[in-house]
Amino acid sequence: MILNPYPKIDLSRTIRLGDKPISSHKLTSLAEAIAAFVPDGAAIVLGAALENAVPFAATHELIRQGRRDLNMIAPISDISTDMLIGAGCVAEVTGAWVGNVSGGMGHNFRRAAEHCLPNPIKINDYSNFTLGMAFFAGAYGLPYVPVKSILGSDILKSNPKIKLAEDPFSGEPVALVPALKPDVTFLVVQRADRDGNAHIWGSTGLTQEASIAASKIIVLADEIVAPEVIASDPSRVLVPGFVVDAVCHVPAACHPAPLIGKWRRDNAFFHDYHKETRDPEDFARWCAEWVRDLPDHAAYCSKLGSQLEDLRILGNAPAAAANYAIA
Amino acid sequence: MTAYSTQELMIIAAARQIRDGERIFVGMRLPITAYGVARLTHAPNAVGLFESGVARYEPADGMLYTMCDGPNQLGAAWTTGLIQVMGLLSGGRVHAGFIGGAEVDRFGNINTSYIGDIDKPTVKLPGSGGAPDIAAMAERLVIIINHQKHRLVEKVGFVTSPGFLDGGDARKKAGLPGGGPAVLITDRAVLKPHGPTNEFHLASIHPGHTLEEVLQNTGWALQSMPDVAETPPPTKAEMAALHHIDKEGFWRR
Repeated sequence: MILNPYPKIDLSRTIRLGDKPISSHKLTSLAEAIAAFVPDGAAIVLGAALENAVPFAATHELIRQGRRDLNMIAPISDISTDMLIGAGCVAEVTGAWVGNVSGGMGHNFRRAAEHCLPNPIKINDYSNFTLGMAFFAGAYGLPYVPVKSILGSDILKSNPKIKLAEDPFSGEPVALVPALKPDVTFLVVQRADRDGNAHIWGSTGLTQEASIAASKIIVLADEIVAPEVIASDPSRVLVPGFVVDAVCHVPAACHPAPLIGKWRRDNAFFHDYHKETRDPEDFARWCAEWVRDLPDHAAYCSKLGSQLEDLRILGNAPAAAANYAIA
Repeated sequence: MTAYSTQELMIIAAARQIRDGERIFVGMRLPITAYGVARLTHAPNAVGLFESGVARYEPADGMLYTMCDGPNQLGAAWTTGLIQVMGLLSGGRVHAGFIGGAEVDRFGNINTSYIGDIDKPTVKLPGSGGAPDIAAMAERLVIIINHQKHRLVEKVGFVTSPGFLDGGDARKKAGLPGGGPAVLITDRAVLKPHGPTNEFHLASIHPGHTLEEVLQNTGWALQSMPDVAETPPPTKAEMAALHHIDKEGFWRR
């Protein structure tokens, strides 16, 4: 439910989209946020939670706006990266896994890596934990993090950015993972207020480190709530509004991925994508039908219709309330 | 005798690798079912860890397509971030982990990255996920793979996740803290590292399969352990647990 009008709007603060001050809060449309904050060639994180809360609505909008030469950074972002590669938006992939969690291989990723179609891509290999440490270093101002868990892997050969060294204390081998600072991180959250203060629950993967490490954070909220709702439970805040640059109200932005307590996974959609994107012509047809020919995410949701409605979680399993009283 | 499929035997063989009270890096598909079977049979105090940021006691009640699905989070012991859960691994607090792959070699090195040249691969596989971290840090690694000659190879072209590297003490010299691969479970047999080289040897053959067939489908000159037996078939209790966990038979097909 959207609570409107918003109580206590703070008119003393303005945010700027590019050069233009737009309003007293950070609420904007996804199309405007992407137009303002994501230039060609940007290094972006979409879906650092692994298989839940993937910001597919942002994936689609990046394709619609024809972004080029993106560096897609993620541990695993299911078919989001594969779509962007197929649409010709990607020059680099930085991460641990690209494919289709339900269907197996990502056809577009394979075509790009094996046959340079639709364009060649550079692959920067990480394991999940080393990517996490790279974000961690980027978020907290460390030049690098020494890690043991990538020793012995040929990722040390395929990604020369991770360097083998000797631990000066023990003399043992250690791998140095340098800081990674994305330009933009997109987050899907269950609820946020108009200033970008955001609540998320369930597992969060690398979303927090990927956000704090990024220059810009764009929050896609399933629900916009009054600031008091977020402030009532600050322990559930993944990112505070003061680090967020834009908040967009995009219900079901995660489809076909799940969002805890809101939407179930549309597993058939992942299988259909796998079947319907085997050849470049098939992918072009799929991408026209589901992305390019639709004006925005609301149109995508309308097209899904009852298929989306069937995924809506209607049950109720609330957490016990936490008491923050001071007297 | 209880009727069972090869897939069911593999799940149960995997479940038997989990000891009571252990912290297990579970992963998806077959091992998630194996974890459930172990909890309901011989390992009621095992803890399941998922790299997305989930720890569970009870197996999830409901179909899981991925570790991030709702049923794996409802009633979890901990829903948190990747660093917190993989940090347990990095901190040496995880007893065993399960991984699969496209290729495994005689020293248990696993490739899930590139077939052919890195710059112009014949097949670009999806990549590592958290597998190298699990292979490096878990006390014991359990590898699950289909037993075909092009999958069980003499030497993998790319070591995504390290086993015993070039064999012998190469793993130790590389500075890897975890114990390395303890067992390789296929749809035909169970293999274990043996002797000073740590090369994988045949440990047991699944009922209905033959030594000749196993050798023909292995990409190196597979040697046998001194006491090769038949893989013990599933017990009634194990099969009942399996059917309880995977009610629809989704992961047993």
